[in-house]
Amino acid sequence: MSAAVQMFSPHRVAAMVLRYWYLLRSSFARLIELIYWPAVQMLMWGFLQTYLAGQTSLYARAGGVLIGAVMLWDVLFRGQLGFSISFLEEMWSRNLGNLMISPLRPAEFVAALMVMSIIRLAIGMVPVSLLAIWFFGFNLWALGIALAAFFANLMVTGWAVGIFVSGLVLRNGLGAETFAWSIMFLFLPLTCVYYPVSVLPDWLQAIAWSLPPTYVFEIQALALNAVMFSLAVLAFLALLASARRNGTLMQTGE
Amino acid sequence: MDSSPEPAVRADRLTKVYKTAAAVDGISFALPYGSITGLLGGNGAGKTTTIAMLMGLTTPTSGTARVLGADMPRERYRVLQRINFESPYVEMPMRLTVRQNLTVFGMLYGVAELRHRIGEIAAELELIDLLNRPTGKLSAGQKTRVSLAKALINAPDLLFLDEPTASLDPDTADWVRSRLERYRAERGVTMLIASHNMAEVERLCERVIFMKRGRIEDDDTPANLLQRYGRETLEEVFLDVARGREREAAQ
Repeated sequence: MSAAVQMFSPHRVAAMVLRYWYLLRSSFARLIELIYWPAVQMLMWGFLQTYLAGQTSLYARAGGVLIGAVMLWDVLFRGQLGFSISFLEEMWSRNLGNLMISPLRPAEFVAALMVMSIIRLAIGMVPVSLLAIWFFGFNLWALGIALAAFFANLMVTGWAVGIFVSGLVLRNGLGAETFAWSIMFLFLPLTCVYYPVSVLPDWLQAIAWSLPPTYVFEIQALALNAVMFSLAVLAFLALLASARRNGTLMQTGE
Repeated sequence: MDSSPEPAVRADRLTKVYKTAAAVDGISFALPYGSITGLLGGNGAGKTTTIAMLMGLTTPTSGTARVLGADMPRERYRVLQRINFESPYVEMPMRLTVRQNLTVFGMLYGVAELRHRIGEIAAELELIDLLNRPTGKLSAGQKTRVSLAKALINAPDLLFLDEPTASLDPDTADWVRSRLERYRAERGVTMLIASHNMAEVERLCERVIFMKRGRIEDDDTPANLLQRYGRETLEEVFLDVARGREREAAQ
């Protein structure tokens, strides 16, 4: 079977990953940006933890929770951003038309963006997690298997949000770009990163428990993530079809 | 039953309506294999929308578009590997070098012996010295050659060109036209060229389709059009069509 009529071609996924890898390699600013914000976050919360450790025993315990929570939050946020930024690169470079008339299928495009999200996250988070050990003696890796489960859950949620946002940008142009940067912050208060769900009023608790990352910071809910990911993929395909109907795939400006 | 071989492209009552405005209004035409056709018309005539529907980028409101035997956009993945497109309005990633861009697109199109093909196309389009330079650092003429290399990387059977020489100086534009002529002679590729440049169309195209407000206003060879309109250049014919003098002049 030729590559063109294959339903899913790993070769085309590799082509897109290579495209983003070339881009990252060519841009020192893009590489630095991957490490900069996670490092700033880690340092800020790490020093806060250090300060709280000198206070009452309750605050001292809270300090340990904070730095762990902020690093897991960064996995979620950077996972989504890694996906969305790679997609936005196509809009910024006005290359989307070339991709859309190539044999690249939506599933392959999404798969490449997911791979890039992992690569971008690894470039940022691995050095920062090692710095956290060096600076504050906080070892995220000590979570072991649990870390892998947390990571997988958070990444899938990040991708789901990234897929949905990419669909919005595809349909509405770069005017919808702001969602890529801001939509995840809606999850910050609702997924209870820094406090238990019980702090929320009852009606907000119901919403919080419908979001997969809430369980990541409590226990896990893979089923919920599968539902969210599936809905995001369906929304993306619907928005792509809408973009075809509205003729916006060649006009990728605002 | 029509037993004639299926053309490379067949549009049948192809229509695209955006809200209440018809960008393309029930046009029908067929392009035989190996033909070069110019799609002419003023701004907003519906040329780009027509090409977008033929490439499967835009879903028609009604009518059908069959390209290389596939219904577009429903069966597009069956034929996209044999099609390509070049337009100055769709750019290549600027930070990637010319070689990197051609490698990525070559992989997307499943080009065999890609390294050899890149060397071949770079030699054809005089890009050898530019292969390791970032695409964004090139001049407009050089970028057009890179876009053309991308459009030819998969040796397409069908090539859509949207104003391929827009914003190029006359010398570079002439060079691009020569390459397109040579490529067509060597490969027998079918081409549909949307253009505002009448000299280009007169030189390259054996047939011209004039569009106006989403409809086909005229469709003939350049020589026949000149004769029928009693004009010396296609530019004069274009002005006649655009200004509504076509029927009176032609009849």
